[in-house]
Amino acid sequence: MTGRKLLLIGGWLACVLLAAAIALHARYVADLSAFLPARPTPTQRLLVDQLRSGPASRLVLMALERGDAATRERIAVAVAAALRNDREFSSVNDGEDAAADRDRDFVFEHRYILSEAVTPQRFTPEGLRAALEETVADLASPEGLLIKSLTPHDPTGETLAVVEQLSRTPAPRSQDGIWVSADGERILLVAETAAAGSDTDAQEHALDAVRAAFAAGVRAAGPAGRRVELRMSGPGVFSVASRASIQHAVVRLSIAASALIVIVLLAAYRSAAALVLGLLPVATGALTGVAAVALGFGVVHGITLGFGITLIGESVDYSIYFFIQSHRAPVVGGSGETGHERLWPIMILGMLASVCGFASLLPSGFPGLAQLGMYSICGLIAAFAVTRFVLPELLPRRFQIRDLTPLGLRIARGLAPLRRRRAAARWGFALALACAALLVLHGARGRLWSRELSSLSPIPTTALDYDAQLRRDLGAPSALDLVVVPGASLESVLRGAESAAQVLAPLVGQKVIGGFDSPANYLPSQSAQAARRASLPDAAVLRANLERASAGLALDTARLTPFLDDVEAARHAAPLTPEDLRGTSLAAGFDALILHVDDRWNALIPLRAADPSAAGGGAPDIDIERVRGAFAAAASGARVLDMKHESDALYAAYLHEAIRLSLFGLAAIAALLWVALRSPLRAARVLAPLLLSVLTVAAALALARRELTILHLVGMLLIVAVGSNYALFFDRGGGEEAAPSGGASSLTLASLGLANLCTVLGFGLLCFSGVPVLEALGTTVAPGTLLALVFAAALTRADVAGLPDSKAPAGA
Amino acid sequence: MMRRRIALVALVTLWAAATLGPLAARGASEDLDELMRLMAARRHGEVDFIEQHFLAVLKRPVESSGIMIYDAPKRLEKRTQSPRAETLLLDGDVLTVQRGSQTHVLDLKAYPAILPLVESIRATLAGDSSALERVFTVEYAGSLPHWMLTLTPHDPRVARKVAQVRIEGVRDNLIKVEILEADGDRSLMTLRDHPIP
Repeated sequence: MTGRKLLLIGGWLACVLLAAAIALHARYVADLSAFLPARPTPTQRLLVDQLRSGPASRLVLMALERGDAATRERIAVAVAAALRNDREFSSVNDGEDAAADRDRDFVFEHRYILSEAVTPQRFTPEGLRAALEETVADLASPEGLLIKSLTPHDPTGETLAVVEQLSRTPAPRSQDGIWVSADGERILLVAETAAAGSDTDAQEHALDAVRAAFAAGVRAAGPAGRRVELRMSGPGVFSVASRASIQHAVVRLSIAASALIVIVLLAAYRSAAALVLGLLPVATGALTGVAAVALGFGVVHGITLGFGITLIGESVDYSIYFFIQSHRAPVVGGSGETGHERLWPIMILGMLASVCGFASLLPSGFPGLAQLGMYSICGLIAAFAVTRFVLPELLPRRFQIRDLTPLGLRIARGLAPLRRRRAAARWGFALALACAALLVLHGARGRLWSRELSSLSPIPTTALDYDAQLRRDLGAPSALDLVVVPGASLESVLRGAESAAQVLAPLVGQKVIGGFDSPANYLPSQSAQAARRASLPDAAVLRANLERASAGLALDTARLTPFLDDVEAARHAAPLTPEDLRGTSLAAGFDALILHVDDRWNALIPLRAADPSAAGGGAPDIDIERVRGAFAAAASGARVLDMKHESDALYAAYLHEAIRLSLFGLAAIAALLWVALRSPLRAARVLAPLLLSVLTVAAALALARRELTILHLVGMLLIVAVGSNYALFFDRGGGEEAAPSGGASSLTLASLGLANLCTVLGFGLLCFSGVPVLEALGTTVAPGTLLALVFAAALTRADVAGLPDSKAPAGA
Repeated sequence: MMRRRIALVALVTLWAAATLGPLAARGASEDLDELMRLMAARRHGEVDFIEQHFLAVLKRPVESSGIMIYDAPKRLEKRTQSPRAETLLLDGDVLTVQRGSQTHVLDLKAYPAILPLVESIRATLAGDSSALERVFTVEYAGSLPHWMLTLTPHDPRVARKVAQVRIEGVRDNLIKVEILEADGDRSLMTLRDHPIP
């Protein structure tokens, strides 16, 4: 072994080990954050906070189905009890009034602080008179039975006012005190995890805890329990499931793609050594890619690993070109210098073209794309470097692969029909095809691109439908429309929420919205609390006012002493803080509406649509512009957020950015070819088949009524990246250097055919992944690279050796 | 997000106990069977009511009044007009409470504690004595020309609030419904034929 050889192999091994170590210790995530902006605007920031750690992101919706109602109930109670003792959950709710007594006590005790009706006017003789008259009317009404025991303490009805304030959100149906679906066939539980929704590991752990609690409940319920089924939904469930499905797809597809490629290569080379050596650049590239992403981004998105499969498709090409084109059998190791000299410049140019394409993704604000760019650039450079520097050193002395000249000749014969016509006719046909594709794309321009972020989501629509069903049953808001009040402290956001309520109340009256919820309903700001306390008159004044107010009323004021005492106590009560809510179900309501991330506080005010249609059906949309208008008129600092609209706007921004970046990448590739080939005409000739196949594939997808997503766009970039190698070989094959014998060109063709087969197999498998983003990539790249090869062959110059022109087929 | 609705559940429970309960009861003898047959024959009824509430917290009773409408076999409406307009409508298992601009719709199947009371109303008006007796201990006194039913709820959850319901009637007309609450308060509803407008 020479020193250089040692150095190269040792250096390579060290790099592989280092990359493997980094990859092993990298953090892998599979939540929505792959699709969230890296540098968000303030509104996007709110959206991201909401999606990542907002209370809505921590909800686990559970349903117990099948079996009999009594068994379902037993298990539900057991599950709820187990989860309430689990620190992973901050709240568990099944409608059971575990906290009801405490709630009632709390509301009663703090009624003068919590009730919005408490104003100075309320306790004047006139205010009291109105309140007392109302109470007498209540006593004569059906709810008289409920309130009469409260009346001596609370003749102005503040307790009821607070209860009314807190029950503005519709509650689910309840049976024997437990929530059930509208048809009663399903018991519903809602838990909130302590961990943020974006912490997929913690979410998975929490879901396991639910399953364990359910299994224990089933065991305790005996044989009847086995028929009961648990179903879960919610953001955490989705992120865990999509991570699992991506992981599953990645593992499955990597194995399948590797197996297929191994079979193809083994069949082609008839040499185990060549096979193993041929896979080294691929493995090194994949590892380096992951390591580079882990180093560059801190986390690796699961979806990036999915893209990694695509790298197998491209980087395996390098070793194919190397073996076939430089090692015509029989060959003695290390003597293929002539082949190498011709090979490396083309391969370097092809690789640089790919790198240019992927580099255009790096500045993307869409982390998924930026990671893909980083992964591919580093992976390709590593794969090429291994092919260029390490593989030649590793070749055994008597390295030999099967002579693939016959394969090349067969491919040449297959391509022959394409070349029967004169060049002008072929170019004319290409032009016609391009025009037709452009016409199709123009006709479909309105529906060409998908405009919804959800088009990237790996969650199946059936799961989303089930989630919507559970939310309807629970009366849970879909959290799509909300007002967000940002601020620097809890007090400031609570005050903001109180003034937002002033803006929203008239909108409820005008039926623009059906209602809203606010954290200030659960805990008023300190300033509102102080104002309410200040509204309460001292004992002497209150007594006098009460006497004047009750003159002539049926109410027996002699029995109202507890009222006077309670008001006096409330005047001196300590301020309410979030800690006072602990132990009541109000805490969950409050926590759900306060979002505290880093040093940013947000009060969330979910809006409900007016007149929710009674039976199922989609709730009518809120006219969000009118809500915005009202807040603009009030010069409020609150933001009105339409989550669906915002996330789709975000996606549209990605799409525009991706289109811009891709065009830039294309321009960079064109510039690179121009410079390297020293002729704009040649550069154009190399690019023409690539652009033609991109147009054809895009038109075919449009004809199949597929909506194009960002990933289709990335796929098109890949067509150009991979296809540029083909086009360059055809270009160089007829280059100024004396073309070698027909056999050499046949070998070029054989290597291109084999490389393309591997690429088509690798990407073709993605079509079966069940993960939409990967499918989009597969359906674009697999047909696209095949077309690129065919077009490149068809459009290359007539004098390329090995390709039969109009006349007799070569070889035979 | 998820939250209690103490008020509504309580309200419904109590309304059912206070208002539906009284109309619901009947006795256990042959006379009772005869009364039931008579009730079953009636398809529609519309009466004025005046209800007096005797409560410890009041110096003197307060009164409410309005009309009550029944349509066999499933629809019962109590329209309070004074002192404050308020409508309670039971149709099948769905209870609609309307007061001012607010409307609450409740599915009674979801409230098993109330359901028996409601079913018993329907049973009474439909002349179904066995359904009645599933819910109350029924005592029948008097005779068809002037009878009285004393109903005591079986269910402790109901009994905690309502001790007894007494219904007086003349043939197939109810004339008085008195609700005795567990704490000694009571209400008395007097019914008379609604003059046809």
